[in-house]
Amino acid sequence: MNASGALDRRAVAAALLHDPGDLLVVTGLGAPSYDAAAAGDRALNFYLWGAMGGAAMVGLGLALAQPNRRVLVLTGDGEMLMGIGSLATIAVAGAPNLAIAILDNGRYGETGAQHSHTAKGADLAAVASACGWPGTATAVTMAEVEALRPRLRSEPLFAVIRISPAESPRALPPRDGAHLADRFRRALGVARP
Amino acid sequence: MSQPSWQDAVYAALKAAGITQVGYVPDAGHSRLIAAAIADPDMRAIVLTTEEEGIALAAGAWLGGQRAALLMQSSGVGNCINMVSLPVSCRMPLLTLVTMRGEWGEFNPWQVPMGRATSPVLTAAGVHVHRADHPGEAAETVAAAAALAFDSAVPVAVLFGQRLIGAKVFVQ
Repeated sequence: MNASGALDRRAVAAALLHDPGDLLVVTGLGAPSYDAAAAGDRALNFYLWGAMGGAAMVGLGLALAQPNRRVLVLTGDGEMLMGIGSLATIAVAGAPNLAIAILDNGRYGETGAQHSHTAKGADLAAVASACGWPGTATAVTMAEVEALRPRLRSEPLFAVIRISPAESPRALPPRDGAHLADRFRRALGVARP
Repeated sequence: MSQPSWQDAVYAALKAAGITQVGYVPDAGHSRLIAAAIADPDMRAIVLTTEEEGIALAAGAWLGGQRAALLMQSSGVGNCINMVSLPVSCRMPLLTLVTMRGEWGEFNPWQVPMGRATSPVLTAAGVHVHRADHPGEAAETVAAAAALAFDSAVPVAVLFGQRLIGAKVFVQ
């Protein structure tokens, strides 16, 4: 049984997304999307509002399409659990420019804070390692989170960050998916007339 | 597998449509396409653990300016339905080629329910459905589906009928 993390999710997101430059960011539905919006909405953030379990694979398709750019997937433990097979898919595919950061509160926060499997002992970093990810890390302090930031922008790293289950105020990004996709593609310079 | 000529033509249609990523789950009916994608140095062939991963892969490819195709069997369509909300909500293309089971000469009764449901379920989820049952129409159907998907930014599935694939033989 893992104890709950203590870190404030907004502080973690702000640290990971500090000075993002041209970082390409994909967020999983629910609180991670709100956390990224609170850290600063930008065209190169693609927020999922559904498609649970798909964030990591959106990151893979994007990373393969843009091999010279860095891609960061920011999602929650429940969303990653739903797409857990994609950890094997990504490890086998190999995407050196893709990193995943899990905001792990051990809860399904959108639905009433039911415990997720990570609150009951499932270790996503160990799963990723067993799937063949070349690098994994777990952070429980803000100093460790700060140390993750450059690694998440330079390595194919899978990082779990143990955050508090406390909820943060809603910070809702745009939820029109066509708008989000179009502005992302325009900012990236791949949209056609 | 047999029937190489139409499958080679389908692969050529994918190339002509500018596809550079192919997500797939192992499938006998697609085996020649899968082998062609793996052997092609200009194609990324991504083996998936479950079909819906390929829907999300294709969305990411589109965000990054590339085009993807998803190869699966009709049994996998059921796994994909909620993930289809991604291209539908985001007005993104999706091109998936689906080999049918559970219809023409099916031996395995467990394939029948999803085979029956494949086309209506895709349609209900917002995916345009094309179908090919004869070798001569497979490649042109894929070419038309790719044009519809990528030029009009909609999800499109091409069903390859079991008559085209050949019913799986369990007892020689």
